[in-house]
Amino acid sequence: MKLLLGMGGDPDGFDALEETLARVGETGDDLTVAVLDTSAEHEIDDVETRVRDRLAESDIDAAVTQLPGHPGSELTEFAEREGYDRIVLGGGQRSPMGKIELGEVAEFVLLNADRPVTLVR
Amino acid sequence: MSERTYPDEPADPFPAPPLSFTDGDGREITVETTDRDIFESLVEMYVAFDPADRAQGIPPVKEEAIREWLDTLLTEGSLNVVARHDDGPVGHAILVPDRGDAYELAVFVLGAYQSAGIGTQLLQALLGYGQREGVDRVWLTVERWNEPAIALYEKLGFVTSDTESFELEMAIRLVD
Repeated sequence: MKLLLGMGGDPDGFDALEETLARVGETGDDLTVAVLDTSAEHEIDDVETRVRDRLAESDIDAAVTQLPGHPGSELTEFAEREGYDRIVLGGGQRSPMGKIELGEVAEFVLLNADRPVTLVR
Repeated sequence: MSERTYPDEPADPFPAPPLSFTDGDGREITVETTDRDIFESLVEMYVAFDPADRAQGIPPVKEEAIREWLDTLLTEGSLNVVARHDDGPVGHAILVPDRGDAYELAVFVLGAYQSAGIGTQLLQALLGYGQREGVDRVWLTVERWNEPAIALYEKLGFVTSDTESFELEMAIRLVD
């Protein structure tokens, strides 16, 4: 299966990366990590470097690509254009109360993607 | 994430806990402030909580996760009130400080005790408790389809503070 993980620099994205690497280690799925421009807090080049460093430590041979621009639409279009079977995203942040706050990217992708989407919690 | 807006004016005074009343089904209910002393009975209440009544991932379902979650709620700086019937907790409302100068609110009522006015009393008591402790800015998120809850929050003086996020966000001010 061709998996596309979309992530910015937030902790939920890196949590999703860890879960996905563990899963791909078992399934042998074909993984691409799309680095998204999710917030001004995280420079997209820095996020890509962190992702590549993490991948270098693992046994997983995954492609990394930058998708600058509107994160939700760029990710959705890329997944369709490149024929990915599934999109994987971080499950969002937690509020002080512990409520899950679905982010803007997750909402956009869930509502607009024409293929399965997995939120990693 | 867009900026949260609050009403210009603080709400009128709410009744502060402790308070007692007869609910819509004729049960004698008390509402009082609480702390870690009732940790175990709250765990029991949340273990009995109907998973269908969960919202945005809380309360958690497994007991271990409930304990972890309650640990973050019953902590220094949070305000908790509990509704009891025959001594056992049947409802719980919380204000948890956020990273700014505001508090996030949530309320839970056991299934058999819903639609009897307990949530309203719990919320009034919690907001009255907040006023007494000098809490001003309070916000909450609610699922957009949950019209009864939204109507209740509006009746208490909450206004919509952010329409852009996935959940509806509402806010109130309590003191000057």
